[in-house]
Amino acid sequence: MPNMSLKKNEMPVQNPEVRNSNFNEVALGYTEEQAIDEAKRCLNCKNKPCTNGCPVKIYIPEFISQVAEGNFEEAYKIISKSSSLPAVCGRVCPQETQCEAKCVRGIKGEPVAIGRLERFVADWHNAQPETPVEKPVSNGHKVAVIGSGPSGLACASDLAKKGYDVTIFEALHVAGGVLSYGIPEFRLPKSIVQKEIDGLKALGVKIETNTIIGKTISVDELINDEGFESIFIGSGAGLPRFMNIKGENLNGVYSANEFLTRINLMKAYKSDNSTPVQAGRKAVVVGGGNVAMDAARCAKRMGADVYIVYRRTENELPARAEEVEHAKEEGIIFKFLTNPVEIKSNEKGWVKSIVCQQMELSEPDASGRAKPVPIPDAFIEIEADSVIMSIGTSPNPLIKSTTEGLDTQKWGGIIADENGLTSKEGVYAGGDAVTGAATVILAMGAGKTAAAAMDKYIQK
Amino acid sequence: MFEILEKKSLNPTVTLMKISAPRVAKKCEPGQFIILRTDEDGERIPLTIADFDRTKGTVTIIFQIVGATTEKLNHMNQGDCLHDFAGPLGRATETDGLKKVAVVGGGVGCAIAYPVAKKLHELGVEVHSIVGFRNKELVILEDEFKAASSKFVLMSDDGSVGEKGLVTDALKKLIESGEKYDRVITIGPLIMMKFVCQLTKQYEIPTVASMNPIMIDGTGMCGGCRLTVGGETKFACVDGPEFDGHLIDFDEAMARGAMYKPFERKAHEDTCNLFKQEVE
Repeated sequence: MPNMSLKKNEMPVQNPEVRNSNFNEVALGYTEEQAIDEAKRCLNCKNKPCTNGCPVKIYIPEFISQVAEGNFEEAYKIISKSSSLPAVCGRVCPQETQCEAKCVRGIKGEPVAIGRLERFVADWHNAQPETPVEKPVSNGHKVAVIGSGPSGLACASDLAKKGYDVTIFEALHVAGGVLSYGIPEFRLPKSIVQKEIDGLKALGVKIETNTIIGKTISVDELINDEGFESIFIGSGAGLPRFMNIKGENLNGVYSANEFLTRINLMKAYKSDNSTPVQAGRKAVVVGGGNVAMDAARCAKRMGADVYIVYRRTENELPARAEEVEHAKEEGIIFKFLTNPVEIKSNEKGWVKSIVCQQMELSEPDASGRAKPVPIPDAFIEIEADSVIMSIGTSPNPLIKSTTEGLDTQKWGGIIADENGLTSKEGVYAGGDAVTGAATVILAMGAGKTAAAAMDKYIQK
Repeated sequence: MFEILEKKSLNPTVTLMKISAPRVAKKCEPGQFIILRTDEDGERIPLTIADFDRTKGTVTIIFQIVGATTEKLNHMNQGDCLHDFAGPLGRATETDGLKKVAVVGGGVGCAIAYPVAKKLHELGVEVHSIVGFRNKELVILEDEFKAASSKFVLMSDDGSVGEKGLVTDALKKLIESGEKYDRVITIGPLIMMKFVCQLTKQYEIPTVASMNPIMIDGTGMCGGCRLTVGGETKFACVDGPEFDGHLIDFDEAMARGAMYKPFERKAHEDTCNLFKQEVE
């Protein structure tokens, strides 16, 4: 008999007053009882609308029915057939616009908590004693993956399982891409990312850190000199955008990338650390996406009073509702319909305040979102010690500019077909490097699609 | 891991190291830089490549001990390994079409100016090197510069070696005496480069300055190294590190360079104290 409760089982979280000054994970995960109880809310629909809402088509009702029976390892196996990073996706996927948006239970009441269940299953599996992984039998073919973010990890995983000799090249000193440098510890513990990477290494995947493709070695050299038969480019969208307003290069103005990299990758939040970051007493974050929420919540944890400045209203915030909710609970103050026009300096060249123009919404523009229009002569000035620009990123031109015959869009995205094939034979691409900044799950899906196409290409 | 094959003290605060890094050595050119970390929890610091040997697979770095990381680096010895060593990063020095160049270096910046002078010399360019140091004790690479230059002028702040005065004095004298340079390349403290660029602007000599700002990744990701060049924001890591010296906003660069000074000073003191304790 299904559990007919209209509400999801709540997931325990750290108290907002406590968590806003520590970097431990905010959400604590279901207990076994909570998971089984929630799993029983699933109606096991025949046509699986939830699976259709999932970019990598996880067999959702199947794994949930195993959870309902208490067969957690079986549930893990089912998820693993489609996803390489369940512990990650269970945490950072926007389920509310994907699988859960399609859930029949959501028509009257709340959908089944698919994301929370995925996370539970992955965490349960990871807590079990490790079973030795069987290395797949080598098929004698050598492939390279550029970038160790979600798309690269997924691509490498699928290829390694098929017996390929896979080498991942990573520019930074740590693997994981945005999972390591971008998403904060309190939302995605780095031990989980490391576990996924260790899993890949156990499959025989080699990871060469400190290797910047396009600088240390080029794509063409990988093919011609090092004998890689096919290459996947998953170099992400790591180039920060700025607003080009006055004062943006003052001391105390960070790109969200820099601020988050200092904190997450370089561990600036630990007192014994060698990389500094200065959020100051008052921090202003500009932007309304998930990255802006991450930056704001990090600044809060570094001891600052934090404002988020966004030029539209709460309804248009691109960040996930859950992230916005968490940010508010933690005491982040939102200033909607405000758009920075200038950052003012103190006598020492540091940020003193940020001047914003007040906006109002007009009719929706071509993108379907209401367009913010400045209200003449309506300005506010917010005092600040630091300003964190979180208005988006674009793909890094390093690979494009050093690879013969690799076509890109005007804005920098690599052009790839539905299988990830680029304009260059044997070279595939996926994730943010192709689409521009998007989600972990879409990147992972693109990595998997390309892996299948690369396999076909080599085996033909 | 990147082994330290050779370590040499050039003066009391400047050290040279040859590092085994075959991939970097294979690709690097004068003007480019690397990023290193000494240990697993270390910070990432950029250092410009001072020399390289493609056949031996080595890259030479020369650094001044200014903060905690360079202090730690200086305590490492031949046979030790750097945890990370990534590069080459940035754009190489442009040398096309040059006939006669003045290379103006100051302090530890001479370590970066030298490979540029050497490369130009090898290409058959007439190189005049003007290098400046605070005093005699701090002079580095004198013989190397002499070997790569048809004219070599050594300046010191206190007159304890070479001529007393600033590099700008020497450069001005050469220009006034009728030397016609198609480019001046300057590498050193920001304040020195600022005045070199002001001087050459008067004479309308194209000038390139090599910037060394704070950065983290070195690949265009963080934007920490941004500077204003001709009114536009540029990233030193991918657009540079060399820029048109007549267009650089040096005052802004100096303010940004001082951003973590108090932190750096404290971290340096703490590190020194740690090393002292170990000795005691």
